[in-house]
Order: sequence, then structure tokens, then C-alpha cells
Amino acid sequence: MLYNQPSPLETKVLSRRFGMPNSASIDTYLATEGYQAFRKAAGMKPEEIIEEVKISNLRGRGGAGFPTGMKWSFVPRTSPKPKYIVVNADESEPGTCKDRVLIENDPHQLIEGTLIAGKAVDAHAGYIYVRGEYRYLIEILDKAIAEAYEKGWLGKNIQGTGFDFDLYTHTGAGAYECGEESALLESLEGKRGIPRIRPPFPAVAGAFQCPTVLNNVETYCAVPAILRDGGAAFAALGIPKSGGTKMTCLTGHVNKPGVYELRLGFPVKQMIEEVGGGIRLGRKMKAFIPGGSSCPVLTAAEVEGATMDYDSMAQRKSMLGSGGVIIMDDQTCMVKAALRIMRFYAHESCGWCIPCREGTTWLKKILERFHAGGGTRTDINLIGDISRNMLGRTFCPLGDAAAMPTISIVEKFRHEFEDHLDGKPCPYEHEMVTV
Amino acid sequence: MTFSPQLEARFAKLLTSYPAGRQRSAMIPMLLYAQDELGHITDELVEEVARRVGVTPLQVNEVLSYYSMLHRKPLGKYHVQVCTNISCLLHDGDKLYEHACKKLGIGHKGVTADGQISLEEVECMGACSWAPAIQVNYDFHHFVTPEQLDQLLDGLRKT
Repeated sequence: MLYNQPSPLETKVLSRRFGMPNSASIDTYLATEGYQAFRKAAGMKPEEIIEEVKISNLRGRGGAGFPTGMKWSFVPRTSPKPKYIVVNADESEPGTCKDRVLIENDPHQLIEGTLIAGKAVDAHAGYIYVRGEYRYLIEILDKAIAEAYEKGWLGKNIQGTGFDFDLYTHTGAGAYECGEESALLESLEGKRGIPRIRPPFPAVAGAFQCPTVLNNVETYCAVPAILRDGGAAFAALGIPKSGGTKMTCLTGHVNKPGVYELRLGFPVKQMIEEVGGGIRLGRKMKAFIPGGSSCPVLTAAEVEGATMDYDSMAQRKSMLGSGGVIIMDDQTCMVKAALRIMRFYAHESCGWCIPCREGTTWLKKILERFHAGGGTRTDINLIGDISRNMLGRTFCPLGDAAAMPTISIVEKFRHEFEDHLDGKPCPYEHEMVTV
Repeated sequence: MTFSPQLEARFAKLLTSYPAGRQRSAMIPMLLYAQDELGHITDELVEEVARRVGVTPLQVNEVLSYYSMLHRKPLGKYHVQVCTNISCLLHDGDKLYEHACKKLGIGHKGVTADGQISLEEVECMGACSWAPAIQVNYDFHHFVTPEQLDQLLDGLRKT
């Protein structure tokens, strides 16, 4: 089901079946061009499939934005080892709830995406790693997978093409770090979710030390449309170097929060005002996070003229990230926001790298003290110093993810830290607001 | 140990889902699915899962202590999880959590005296656009107001 009304400004490619009766069933899928992209791919050479994905300018939708076609081309197809397709459905970046609606409303689109990826790299088995909290999605996926086996779209000699593919769901059990690709693979192998040193990258030594394609749910979900309508048509939906659409989660202080499919390059202002219905209670925006809590925070002035794509956000020294947009109004306490974000990273740091393990906890303690009115002037610089000393000093990006928003908040909202000095009560404390 | 036929079927499927010699992959899913049936992870369960996937109980304990959804102590029949992470915080999820604490008279990871309800302040659960959100066991509740939370908790107390 859908939890918010769609917007007329959406470009519905991945979400084209949302809202149809029984959109998750294989019958609906087959009646709406479902599995036709795989049929097409089955008649193509692997390198032709990868070329089509390269033409589409599809970039990884989990947050890193790595070109998908290039990632697939790194898999040594001639390796004698089995190859695997792994789906990252461990959606846990704060602000992000898009993979949930993709799986809930159209699980067969994801299954077809994995089939095409399997065909492209000569993989014959896939695992969908779903965060433990999304149990109902595992049930939806298991049902969809069973339907696909029953109708001959999974299993041996799929639809007479000679291609075999098995697909399994695998539940996580509560760990943000397992959304990081190498930690996910450790977890899939029944271990603690700690990152692996790279190289070798998963394309060469991934699941069970075999060549592996590992992408986000949304990335796989884009693949059927790319094969069906052509890579060029998908690319044309976006802007140069960023093809297609992005499932965008509007969260925080907007009137119409929700998950919307917007073409890449969509203007931020129009997204907030027209798709999101503007800032609630007629207030003004204070801060903007483009794609999950790991991204540097932007001020309202900085997002003037910005568009939702990889380059526009990089120019502003932030990131498009996962598509989890977090919008904060002018009554938000940025010290409290920084504290809550840091509490999260301190809780989720796996402890493998000391700068992250210690840094996140130190920062949490300082920010807790600060927000309670016990901060000193030297603490403000200390927060920035500790954060900068975490950057680039960890095996995986979690340390950076904790440091980047913190550095940006201290730099851009320093006056709010000063407002909390000398035991002054937080100027933004309020009663619960329900709208 | 004996489990329900449904859980045994689930285990059997899990143990054949991974490449030969990689049965350890089934460990975390087995623990979580078994916890759903037993309420929490007992020493006996640790030993049973270790035996079935071919590792030592120590290795199972080492892994399970990492995952926040795997619990070594009993939870309430209804485990109420309130998200207070950033997108929920912006909709006063922290105040909703405090409200739940007062209403139930328990704190983070506490269980009511009758064992009916447990409470946990949790990290982002993927309901950010429909904040503030809570989960009761595996069921999501979106746009939760304090009044709705009261009603929900009152209902859970009775059943």
C-alpha cells in the first residue's frame, strides 16, 4: 500500500505500478510488461546488457552513486568460481524509506532486476539481504519468489532460455553497519557485521569469496526499465552523467512528507514547495540534508538554485546520498539535531576502527553535555577537531558519515552552539507539535 | 530442542539456501526466527543453533551480541519500539518516547511487571516520511500522536 498521496510532478518509472490493484502479484506484473525486459536480456550477450546499463547512466542508488554498468563490468565472468547477485535491502540510513515502498508495491520488479544482473555476469544465485525490522517485506518477497518459481521465472531453464537462477531472502537482525557492502557480506556469511579491507572488491571476492554484484534495491529496480525502453531513454529522464529518476523520501518539516519518484536534476525549491507542499506551519527552512543523515548539512541559502543530482550536491560540498531528504524548519535546534545524529553513529559504530569507535562516543558525550547547557567555548572547536580527525581514517564510510554532518553543523550553525553556553537553556525547547 | 513445524520448515529451507559448507550463513536468521517463537534467545537455543550450523556455542554468542534485534533476556509479549532518530525527532519522536515511558512506568529496554509490554528507544526503522513512527513487534504504526499511543498501549494491556 502507499502511505502518502502521489504527486503530479513525479516521473513514474520504478513506481509505475504503485497504486494498481494487487500491484505486488505476478499476474499484475506480467500484465504490465513484467519480465519482458528479462526476455530481451536473455537474447543478448552479457557485454551488451552491461553496455545498455552503462548507456543509461544509472548510478548506485544506495548512497555512493557509483556507475552501475561499470561495477558490473568488473566481475570476471570467466572466473571458474560461482558468481552471486546480492541485493542490499538493509535500508537503514536515517531519512530513507524508499526501498520499503519499492519492495512492498512491486517485488517482481526487483526480482526481474536481479535476473538481468545474473544474466549479465553469469551468476545463477542471488540473495536479498533485508533488514530485520522489515519482516513483512520478507514475507512479501518470499511470496513473490514462490510465484516466480511457480510460473517459471525463477529456477532451472527459465522460460526455455537455458538460464538458471535461484533467489533467496536473508534477514538481518538490527545493525546499520550491515548496509555497508563488505559488512553486509560478512553478515550474510553468519558473522559480526564488520567491514572487510578492500581490495579485493566484492566484484572479485564478495559473497563466499566469489565474484559478486552487490547493489541497492532501487538500483536493481531500475534495470528492467533500462532493458525494456533502452538505456538512452532512461538516461534522457535525468541530466548528463545522472540518468533516470530517484526515489526521494521527503522527511521532516514539510506539509506533505512522503516517497516521490523525481527525475534526477529536479529543482530543490520546487521539490520542497510543490511536491512537499512547503514548510509546515508557514515557517521558513533552516537546514536541508539531501540524502540521509550521513550527508553534510546545507543551509537554506546554500540550496538556492540547487537541483537533486549528484553533481549539484557535490558542488555544494554535500552528497545526493540515498535520497532521504531531511528538512528542518527555523525552530529546529541544530545542537540537538547534531546530538541525535551522533548518538545514532555512536550506537551503530561496529567498533572495528578506533577513530570511529572512540570518536563517535566522545562526540556524543560532548554534544550531550553541550545541549544540557554544560558546554564550554573550547568545546565548539573540539567537536570540529575530533570530527576532522575521524575523516578518512576508517575501513568503511561510517566514521566519515558521523563526521561530515557534524563538521557542517558546527561550521554553519556555530551561533547556535554559542546560544547554549554558560548554562543557558536550549532556546528551541517546545511542547510536542502534532499536525 | 523441539520447535513448531513451521519453524522447522523454515530452518530446513535456510540450511539449503547457501552454498555447500556455508551453513553458518543460516545462523542469524535462525536465531531471529527462533526468538520470535521463544521470546528470547536462551542458552539452550544457542547450543542448538550452533550444533545445526556446525559452529561452537561461543561463536554463536560472539555473533549474536553484535545484533540489536537479538535479545538474551525476555521481552514483553508486545515489544514497543519508538524511533527517536532525526526524521522522527523532527516530529517530536523523543517526546513520544518520554510519553510512553511515563505511561508504562518503564524505561529503555524495560518490561512491565506482568510481562505484557516491553519498551525500547530504537534507531531509524525506515518510516521517516511517515514520522513519528513506532513498531509493535514487526507491525509499523505511522504518524503516531500521544493520544493514539495511549489507545494502542491500553489495547495491548488487555489482550
